[in-house]
Amino acid sequence: MLPLKDKDKPMVQMLLLAGCCARCILRFCCVSVHAAYRQPPQNTLKQLQAFISDTENSKSQDSAVPEPPEDPPSKRAKLEPGVTDAVLERDDEAAAPRVCVVCLGILQDMCGTSQAVKVSEAVKAENYEFDTVVLSVSLPAQLCVREHSCWLHVKKEVREKGLVLDKDDVIQVKEAFKWIMQGLVAKELGGIAVVTKVGNIHDEKKNILVFTRMAVVKALEKIPDFKFLKHYPCPPAQPTSSCSPQDVRCLHGSVFVAGRYNKFCRSLPQTPWVIDGERRMESSVEELIAAPLLAAFRADGFNFSSSGREDVDVRTLGNGRPFAMELLNPHRSRFNRAEMKQLQETINKSSDKIRVRDLQIVTRQAMSRMKEGEEEKTKSYTALIWTQKPIQREDITFIDDIKDLTVDQKTPLRVLHRRALAVRPRVIHSMNARFLDPHHFYLGLKTQAGTYIKEFVHGDFGRTKPNLCQLLKTDTDILELDVESVDVDWPPAIPE
Amino acid sequence: MDGGEQKDTQANAPSVIDRYYTRWYRADLKGKPCEDHCILQHSNRICVVTLAETHPILQSGRTIKSINYQISNVCSRLNNKVSGKSKRGGQFLTDFAPLCRITCTDETEYTVYSCIRGRLLEVNESILETPTLLLEKPSTEGYIAVILPKFEESKSITENLLSREEFESVLAKRKVAESQPS
Repeated sequence: MLPLKDKDKPMVQMLLLAGCCARCILRFCCVSVHAAYRQPPQNTLKQLQAFISDTENSKSQDSAVPEPPEDPPSKRAKLEPGVTDAVLERDDEAAAPRVCVVCLGILQDMCGTSQAVKVSEAVKAENYEFDTVVLSVSLPAQLCVREHSCWLHVKKEVREKGLVLDKDDVIQVKEAFKWIMQGLVAKELGGIAVVTKVGNIHDEKKNILVFTRMAVVKALEKIPDFKFLKHYPCPPAQPTSSCSPQDVRCLHGSVFVAGRYNKFCRSLPQTPWVIDGERRMESSVEELIAAPLLAAFRADGFNFSSSGREDVDVRTLGNGRPFAMELLNPHRSRFNRAEMKQLQETINKSSDKIRVRDLQIVTRQAMSRMKEGEEEKTKSYTALIWTQKPIQREDITFIDDIKDLTVDQKTPLRVLHRRALAVRPRVIHSMNARFLDPHHFYLGLKTQAGTYIKEFVHGDFGRTKPNLCQLLKTDTDILELDVESVDVDWPPAIPE
Repeated sequence: MDGGEQKDTQANAPSVIDRYYTRWYRADLKGKPCEDHCILQHSNRICVVTLAETHPILQSGRTIKSINYQISNVCSRLNNKVSGKSKRGGQFLTDFAPLCRITCTDETEYTVYSCIRGRLLEVNESILETPTLLLEKPSTEGYIAVILPKFEESKSITENLLSREEFESVLAKRKVAESQPS
């Protein structure tokens, strides 16, 4: 039996007359019992018709509803052949039920075993590794207008009868769709749980729409009823054809992989370097790391991020620089520790320009640890310095005694085209100098992240002050630079 | 150029300017003999306006009395301010927009021009406090201004300027003209 009350009778009658399908009638009666939607709609229709005729028998004197008795029987006659073959509804087209004026057939033909098979076939074809499936459906914006029209239609009646009902109480088409389809899809997938996510990840179809669904919903919220009724039939008009499913798309949630990388090459950019649409340098750190990961996770793409970045001609030594990579739509997502280690080996064997350590799967939340406080962290460098004037060993020893030197850096000319012009104070915590020959020495620096080392050395047209030229009272230039450490304690180290 | 440095092997190694900038010149600006300007264009299109080493101010024995960025009663380059990544609010300069006027102790006055179209990002205020920077390091710390050409004009703005080679041939002709008795 349908969980309907006597007060619902006039509404059921009205909706049947208007051309609503059985399931849409349940929706407007705010039936939230899933089983009621799952039973074959032909049965539901029969039950609804029986429910009304019961009214007519008991209240045949009620003159308020004179027409219904004629219509439903004729409909029932039409329906009978369809009921005999629930799956192959198309057997007898003439006998097929009319397309619902509200859901355009979405809760009719589109909501059955054949559609569930289509969905599960699409999922199976992708060969995903997964435990649960979230079923989402993207419906045409037009549906909101029909729903609104139908709501106005019953609202009039409902008000007269003194019934209270709010539009938000009406079960949404997509909810009913999910209640019906989840079980069917789960069965087809061999018992995989199909779950509903509240606050769902909506997979909006990027149709070439004139109006987005949101725009339509907003407009419907604003428009006064009389104005709406002037421009749109109420109840909605009978559609000539039903809604047809566009496609089934599968998406696996991103997997995040983190680690640390070394860069041993002075002609390797961190990310692809493109100038005027033309590629400079053949590879990049992110591509070298991504290629084996994409293959192993069978992912469609990736987003690379890291704790800062080094210039193309700078090496990153020591423990390396923390990085994280979001793998998009991975088809495989479970890797144990040994497998991750194997994957790390694969990356390391693929190139001698980079090396990766501490490779691990992390959560999206953990990734933010890398970015937060990026500026407070310290970094260590070694720079090969050239001096214009010849120097002696003792000329540079004073450098070791400099502690927490604040330098004011105007945005380097090198990056001024993409960064705002500002003077940024940065702290050089300590330095040490190692004499090489009368024109060269190695300078070690431990600095606040965000310090531009090259500019500190050559002065950037005097725009970084103080700079090494001023400290040594001669022109100085930087010939080589290595990052020795990026002091970020994430991701956690993985013992070798 | 500087004979003293030739002994050092590293003196021939490319400097910061050699590595990242292209040198462009404008000779005899506004028809005034030897008032040569040098524009250093970074590979990221940013331009640094400097005095060419042949500019009269840089010839031996000159001393700078004052540098004035107030180029008219109503406009001072010192008031230039840019904000944000897009550098909003900077004064827009055309080829012959004056940047500053430099007066030497012998009361000769020179005007330094933009030489290229673009947005003024900054002027060098250090040379106001230390004018000797301009004499000692005209192509680095003694720069005049930084200009950001429009993205779409970053290639075309240097079309009217002389390349290093062209400028050197101008200098060679000048030398010949000087040596010939008039």
